[in-house]
Amino acid sequence: MKILTCPMNGPRNIDEFQSFGPVRAEPDPDRTADADWSRHLFRAENRKGIVVEWWRHVPSNYFFLAERDLVTNEVLRTFDASERWAHP
Amino acid sequence: MMAEYSALSLLANALKGNKDWKPAWRKPDPKASYDVIIIGGGGHGLSTAYYLAKEHGITNVAVLEKGWLGSGNVGRNTTAVRSNYLLPANTRFYEHSMKLWENLSHDLNYNVMFSQRGCLNLAHTPAQFDDYARRGNAMRHLGVDAELMTTAQIKRLIPALDVSDSARFPVVGGLMQRRAGTARHDAVAWGYARGADRRGVDIIENCEVTGFLRDGDRITGVTTSRGDIRAKKVAVSVAGSTGRVMRLAGIETMPIESHVLQAFVTESLKPFIDTVVTFGMGHFYLSQSDKGGLVYGGDIDGYNSYAQRGNLPVVDEVMSEMLALFPGLARVRMLRSWGGVCDMSMDGSPIITTGPLPGMYLNCGWCYGGFKATPASGWCFAWTIAKDEPHDLNASFTLDRFHRGLVIDDKGQGATPRLH
Repeated sequence: MKILTCPMNGPRNIDEFQSFGPVRAEPDPDRTADADWSRHLFRAENRKGIVVEWWRHVPSNYFFLAERDLVTNEVLRTFDASERWAHP
Repeated sequence: MMAEYSALSLLANALKGNKDWKPAWRKPDPKASYDVIIIGGGGHGLSTAYYLAKEHGITNVAVLEKGWLGSGNVGRNTTAVRSNYLLPANTRFYEHSMKLWENLSHDLNYNVMFSQRGCLNLAHTPAQFDDYARRGNAMRHLGVDAELMTTAQIKRLIPALDVSDSARFPVVGGLMQRRAGTARHDAVAWGYARGADRRGVDIIENCEVTGFLRDGDRITGVTTSRGDIRAKKVAVSVAGSTGRVMRLAGIETMPIESHVLQAFVTESLKPFIDTVVTFGMGHFYLSQSDKGGLVYGGDIDGYNSYAQRGNLPVVDEVMSEMLALFPGLARVRMLRSWGGVCDMSMDGSPIITTGPLPGMYLNCGWCYGGFKATPASGWCFAWTIAKDEPHDLNASFTLDRFHRGLVIDDKGQGATPRLH
């Protein structure tokens, strides 16, 4: 992993990026039970394989998603978050 | 009983052409059942087996290792041993480990080359120096040695260190633990393995656990690449693969993420530095091995990873940090670099506990500080397995502390594993 292709800025040096970890569904804090909320905060699936992660291109402060294999470090694709969640 | 390794046995074997040495551990086939199975033949698994046999008389034990003994993180770390923590739960635990280290070569009759050469944390701002004073006082309050050092004292101790005002981050002082140091990591694995083997423990290499045998909720054994093995108690000690092994038992989430930590060694140099030194304005630590190579490392790679190799930005950062401290090393050649997968826990502290299922015991979450914990981790885990309850020293290292608001967050980083 030396170069990551940012959906907005194109291929850039990996130095310019910061990982924010795997995408996780956030429960509604007002409706969820305490046990489920603490599970959300403190537990991780930590899959060995392909995961979808948040990354940030630091100079442009642009957050996007990447599909990456955690065993080989191969990035399968990067895409804008709107592909996964339509803008409201 | 004459010690197996002694000046006398060395001489006797030398005269006989070194043909009579026994292998340090046997290569037994697994039995159908054991009292205790320990999954993971790393430092912690082996020391657990050793203390189960030595302290609790439980010898019908198997250690299952999927690769060869010592192939994981016990052979991949930078060998530093210290007990300079801030929070009491950590300080007491690591100080117990330090005391076991101080007698380990004698206890094991195996030279683990434990060298109490000291560990110095450098401070680069007055605020950081104050923070070190606080940590040093917290350590001394619990009976652990700590002393603040001035820049002039540090210059005498480490002549090669750039302590000038023109340094990138000038040194304003440091916190020294004199009893800290280094040990030969492979010898630790081999010494514990032999000690456990001679007391009757079966160390079974190339035996990968592929699943758990169950009776309802209760764990009653494991399925492995070498057949099913039953046991009254199954202990999991597989830091680096904890999530994967626990998933085999149906536990889908853990307070752990896997990250890779790199380490480096240079070509051999003449005696250059006789202490362990850490950088305070980044993450960097360095010591010199007995062979002469500088052994050093920095931060984890910054993203989740199961790859036992690292990325280039961290290599670049570690080298920059080294040169910020030791400009004279600019032309020293790096010999090797490698990576190990670490269990980064949500609060930076480990887990040694009964459960989470009946018949199961769990030891994990060592972040990148597991090597120094090897003796106390095994000692406490053996106690927990033997008595079905934690010792006072590991009573805080529970799995449910996160849900109960009892996190042990020495760095105060919050529930973000990559920041610990």
